[in-house]
Amino acid sequence: MKPPSFEYHVPGDVDEAVGLLAELGEDAKAIAGGQSLVPMLALRLANPEHLVDLRRLDGLRGVEERGGTVRIGAGTTQAAVARSAGVARSVPLMARATPLIGHFQIRNRGTVGGSLAHADAAAEYPAVVLALDAELQAVSPRGTRTIPAAGFFTGLWSTALDEDELLTAIDFPVRRGRSGFAIEEFARRGGDFAIAGAAVALELDDAGRVARCGIGLFGLGSTPLRAPAAEAAATGAALADIDPDELGRTAIGELDAVPADLHASADHRAHVGAVVVARAWRRAAEEAGRRAAEEAGHRAAEEAANG
Amino acid sequence: MADVTVRMRVNGGPRSASVPPRLTLADFLRERCGLTGTHLGCEHGVCGACTVLLDGQAVRACLVLAVQADGAEITTVEGIASPDGELSRVQQAFRDHHGLQCGFCTPGFVVSVTAFLRDNPDPTDEQIRDGLSGNLCRCTGYQGILKAVRAAAGPSAGAAAPEETG
Repeated sequence: MKPPSFEYHVPGDVDEAVGLLAELGEDAKAIAGGQSLVPMLALRLANPEHLVDLRRLDGLRGVEERGGTVRIGAGTTQAAVARSAGVARSVPLMARATPLIGHFQIRNRGTVGGSLAHADAAAEYPAVVLALDAELQAVSPRGTRTIPAAGFFTGLWSTALDEDELLTAIDFPVRRGRSGFAIEEFARRGGDFAIAGAAVALELDDAGRVARCGIGLFGLGSTPLRAPAAEAAATGAALADIDPDELGRTAIGELDAVPADLHASADHRAHVGAVVVARAWRRAAEEAGRRAAEEAGHRAAEEAANG
Repeated sequence: MADVTVRMRVNGGPRSASVPPRLTLADFLRERCGLTGTHLGCEHGVCGACTVLLDGQAVRACLVLAVQADGAEITTVEGIASPDGELSRVQQAFRDHHGLQCGFCTPGFVVSVTAFLRDNPDPTDEQIRDGLSGNLCRCTGYQGILKAVRAAAGPSAGAAAPEETG
């Protein structure tokens, strides 16, 4: 048996789960699919005295669209996200990020909430929630609160969740119309953590200028990151005037420290980072441009029909 | 640390045991059920040798605690062939196309491919490669495995695979 010893708890609902987390404090860890936590236990990088298993919290699973928001339950598996027609239609960036996570055997167990709460700096979903300005719902014995993605990732493998707080759902804004979404990463082997990756969400105004954009970076720091200088440079500019390669260099240029490890030096990783930002931007821009053209075509056809 | 009683169905038969919570499903199957066909390579989720079906879905048994599988339906490589010993279509294809050499990784490949073809009965080569990416083989160079999966694919590929129940 490789993992260290711990006591095991299986609460039947969220109240019981957060009650246990509050009672057990820093010695407890919540486990969902376990696809990050069990390897950490096996390698003894994690050594909790108590595990609180979330498997009976059925209410945390599922995808629900309401108004302009899609809510994905934290316990929804990555495989379920991949199968969801609603996610593909309304939050395409999540749908496109999912096949890049591990392998299908991992995605059968791994959950959306587990990936976000684990907060690996090289993982896909954290960069996606940043790029989309998603909102994370957390429950504790004190009640429920909403944490904007921008304030969720606080450090290496750490988040804004308190010890007694449980991530229960993630709310994604539905962006349709003249929008484009893309995620690009480079990994040496399929399923490995990426050396660097980027998620881009952008929206055009009716004059073809960038009305809003979010660029999420992964593998490029000790936390998942936004690229505010690159976003500011692109926002308000006409799509045709933006050089994606230059934007990639801007995004990487603003990073404090790019990590170096066995797989890539800091210089190499920064280079790859600039390249994936440029690739993701090109694909997202192409999609947004195509949708803007379709929309203009529909409008022209309607006007012709009405005229 | 208190032991926990777990009950599950393994290859169709009921199993129960009192286990320490840190026991993985892989160790439960090997040591408590005597089903040593589930192989352990890395024991931290990289190699895929320990892949089993949990409620019909392929998972790494080293990344599931036995206590998490309480109430589940498990199929190991021992449950893939017919009860009379006739190899499944996937197993026969691995044999016919040299999809194995030393055989250590083979149980994980067979279980993964069984689930993969059930869900993707007519995959492209690219989909096959992606479907195989979660299992490591150090002998074959993968080409025989690719051939085996291609041979096992087709309209009736999923016929013998356990249904997904989860």
